[in-house]
Amino acid sequence: MTIQNLIFLLVAVAGIGLFVWQVRKIRANILVGRDREMSGHVGERLNKMLLVAFGQQKMFKRITPALLHMVVYVGFLVINVEVIEILIDGIFGTHRVLQFLGPVYDALMATNEVLGALVIIAVIAFWWRRNRTQPVRRFTGPELRAWPKLDANIILYIEVILMVALFTMNTSDLKLHQLRGEDLPGAFPISSLLTGLFPSNLQALEVLERVGWWAHIVGILLFLNYLPSSKHFHIIISFPNVYYSRLVPQGQFSNVDSITHEVKAMLDPSYQVPAPAVGPDGSAAAPTPFGAKDVDDLAWTNLMNAYSCTECGRCTSVCPANITGKLLSPRKIIMDTRDRVEEKYNSPLIFQPNLYGAEAKHPEQEQLDKANHTLLRGYVTPEELWACTTCNACVEACPVNINPLESIIEMRRFLVLEESAAPNSLNVMFSNIENNGAPWAFSPSDRFNWADDLFVSEKEAVAKS
Amino acid sequence: MAEPTAKRQITVPLMADLATRGETPEILFWVGCAGAFDDRYKRVTRAFVRILEHVGVNYAVLGMEETCTGDPAKRAGNEFLFQMQAMQNITTFDGYGIKKIVTACPHCFNTIKNEYPALGGTYEVIHHSTFLQQLINEGKVGVAGGGEFKGRRITFHDSCYLGRANNIYEAPREVLAVLDADLVEMKRCKTNGLCCGAGGAQMWKEPEPGKKDVNVERTEEALAALDGNVAALDKLYGVESGNEGATPAPKANGQDSIIAVSCPFCMTMMSDGVKNKERENNVQVFDLAELIATAEGLNA
Repeated sequence: MTIQNLIFLLVAVAGIGLFVWQVRKIRANILVGRDREMSGHVGERLNKMLLVAFGQQKMFKRITPALLHMVVYVGFLVINVEVIEILIDGIFGTHRVLQFLGPVYDALMATNEVLGALVIIAVIAFWWRRNRTQPVRRFTGPELRAWPKLDANIILYIEVILMVALFTMNTSDLKLHQLRGEDLPGAFPISSLLTGLFPSNLQALEVLERVGWWAHIVGILLFLNYLPSSKHFHIIISFPNVYYSRLVPQGQFSNVDSITHEVKAMLDPSYQVPAPAVGPDGSAAAPTPFGAKDVDDLAWTNLMNAYSCTECGRCTSVCPANITGKLLSPRKIIMDTRDRVEEKYNSPLIFQPNLYGAEAKHPEQEQLDKANHTLLRGYVTPEELWACTTCNACVEACPVNINPLESIIEMRRFLVLEESAAPNSLNVMFSNIENNGAPWAFSPSDRFNWADDLFVSEKEAVAKS
Repeated sequence: MAEPTAKRQITVPLMADLATRGETPEILFWVGCAGAFDDRYKRVTRAFVRILEHVGVNYAVLGMEETCTGDPAKRAGNEFLFQMQAMQNITTFDGYGIKKIVTACPHCFNTIKNEYPALGGTYEVIHHSTFLQQLINEGKVGVAGGGEFKGRRITFHDSCYLGRANNIYEAPREVLAVLDADLVEMKRCKTNGLCCGAGGAQMWKEPEPGKKDVNVERTEEALAALDGNVAALDKLYGVESGNEGATPAPKANGQDSIIAVSCPFCMTMMSDGVKNKERENNVQVFDLAELIATAEGLNA
C-alpha cells in the first residue's frame, strides 16, 4: 500500500464518516415530531416507492423537466457504479479493476460517457430555466431568494465539475495508452473525441489523469457532505418519504383521537377515557396541544416531508391561492418547517442555511411576532394558513409525495382550538353549525321546505306502468 | 315527438315515516345544508329527486333530522365541532339501520365516506355523479338523442373533493356524454383541475388579500374553453405542459354554453364568476342532475 492509497483511505473514511454523522443529526431532528402509527401495508408501500420515487411517476406530468431530470438521475445511478471501481482502485492501488468484466466493462464505460455528456447538457438547461431574465415561474417567489437560490445553482455547478473531472480522467488515460501503443480496457465514445484537446506530453497526461481521478472522488465525497445542508438531500430521503406517505384518499383528514375521547365522554357519561400516556420515568407525560404551534407538534412524517423537499415549486405553481396572489405558498411552509427544526434543534455541520439571508428569504418577517418565535407566527403567518382551500392540488403535484395540507390543517387546529383565533366569519359559521345544524343562519325547521310543491313530469307510457 | 305527459306531485318519503311502518329504504338521499337551504342548489335537490322518482328508486330523506356533516368545521380546524356533528349523524344513521347513502355534495360525500368510519360509522357512500352513471349504465335513464342539450357546448368543472380527494373523474364525464353535447375540457382539468375557491371553509369567509378571486380565475378559464379562445387560455397560469384537454374550436361568444358542476359550492362560485364576467346572458351553470332531469323531460 503506497502513501497515495493510505491518503485515499483516510479521505474516504473521513468523508463517509462525516456524512453519517450529519445524517444522524437529521434523523434526530425528524424524530422530534409526534409519533404516528406507520406499520403494515409493506407491499403497497414498496410498490408506491418503486413507482413514485424510483420510477419518478409523478415527474412525468410535465414532460420537459421530467426528461431532463431523468438524464441526471440515471446518470447519477449508473456513474456511481464507476465510483465503486474508484474506491477499490484507490484503496488497493489497482487500475480500472473492473476491466475483467470485458464487454460488460466496455458497455458500462461507454454508457457512463454518453450519460456524462447528457448530464452536462441537462444541467445547462436546468441553469437556463432558473437564471434567465424571466425564469420558469415556479423558480421565483419570495422563499426562493438568498440561500435556496444559491443552493440550487451550487448543485448544478458541482454536477458539471464532477462530469468534467470524469472526462479529464478518461481522456488523459486514453491518450496515455494511445501514446504508449497500449489498449485501454473499456469503450470511451466521448473521450476519444476529446484527445486532440489534451497535451501529448506523457508526464502532463499522467498528472491530468490523477487530477481528474482525485477531483472526481473527492468531489463526490464533498458533495455527499453538502447534501445535508441542501435541498439535494432529496436524492436519499425521498425514498423513505414516499414509502411512508399516506395510503388513504387525499380527501381524508386525520381525526384527532384525544378529541374523540372527549366527545364520546360528553355524549356517554359511562365512556371510559383511556389513561394518559406515561413517560419513561413513570410520570404522566405533558398533555399535547391540539394541532401544531411548533415543529415538534407536527408528526415525524411532516418533518421528513421538510427534508425531502427539492423546492421545485410544483405545489406553489398549482396552488389556487398562490396563483391569485395570496401570501400562501405550500413550498414556503415546507421550507419554513425545515428551517425552524434546524433553528430549534440540530443544524447541519457545514452550511447552516438559516444563517444565509434569512431576512431576504422572508421579507414578511418584520411583520411577524418575534416574541412568539415558533413555526406558527415565527415563520408561517395565519394569513397564509387561512388562504388555503384544502383543494389538494399541492399534494397531487408533489413528485415525492410531500403533504403540505397536513401541516396547514394542524396549524389551523392550533389557531382554532388552542387560541380561538379563527377569522370572525368562521366563528359565525361555527356557531351556526352548533345552533342551527347548518353553516348558514337558517332555521332547522325550514330544512325540508325544498320538497314543497314538487312535481315530476311523466310520459303516459311510464305513468301507466 | 312530444309525447303526452302527466304531471305527478311528489311526496318525498321521510326516513321517520318509513321507520314507523317498519320499512327500511334501499338508499338514504343525504340532501346536505346547501341542498336544503341554498335557493340555487335546492333546484338541484329537486331535480335529483325527480330522477329518483322517475327511475323508481326505493329511497328516503332525513328531512329535519339532517344536520351538517361537520366538513366546514373540520377543514377550518375545529375538530371538536366536527366530531360532535359526526357522532350525532352516526347515531341517526345507525338508528335507522342505514347502509347506503347517496348525496349531491362532494364535501358531505367525502366526510361521511372517509372520516366517519374512524368514528364508528361505516356506510356505502355514493356521490350522485356515480349514481347517475350507474342509472345510465343500467339503461334506467336514457336521455334519447341527448334531449335539448344536443350539440350545445359544455365544459365540466372538477370538484376538488370529488376529483383529487376521491379520484372520481370519469363518472361525471360519462354522465355528460349521454347528452350528445359538444364537450370541451378546460386547460386545467381532472387531476390538474383548479379549485373554484370555496373549499376548506373559504365559502364562509372573505378571501385573503390578493390579485384576484379564485372563482374569477377559474371562470375565465371555463369561458376561454367554451369560447375556444386559445389566446385567453394561454394568458392564464397553468401547468407548464401536458394540457390534458384538447384545444376547442373557436365559438362566437360561447353562445348557449354551459359550465357543468357537481358540487354546491362550485355552483355558487362559478355562477358568481359568470356574473362577474357579465356573461350570464349566454353561459349557464348547471349541476349534472339538472342536466339529466331536463334532458329526460322530467321537469314539471
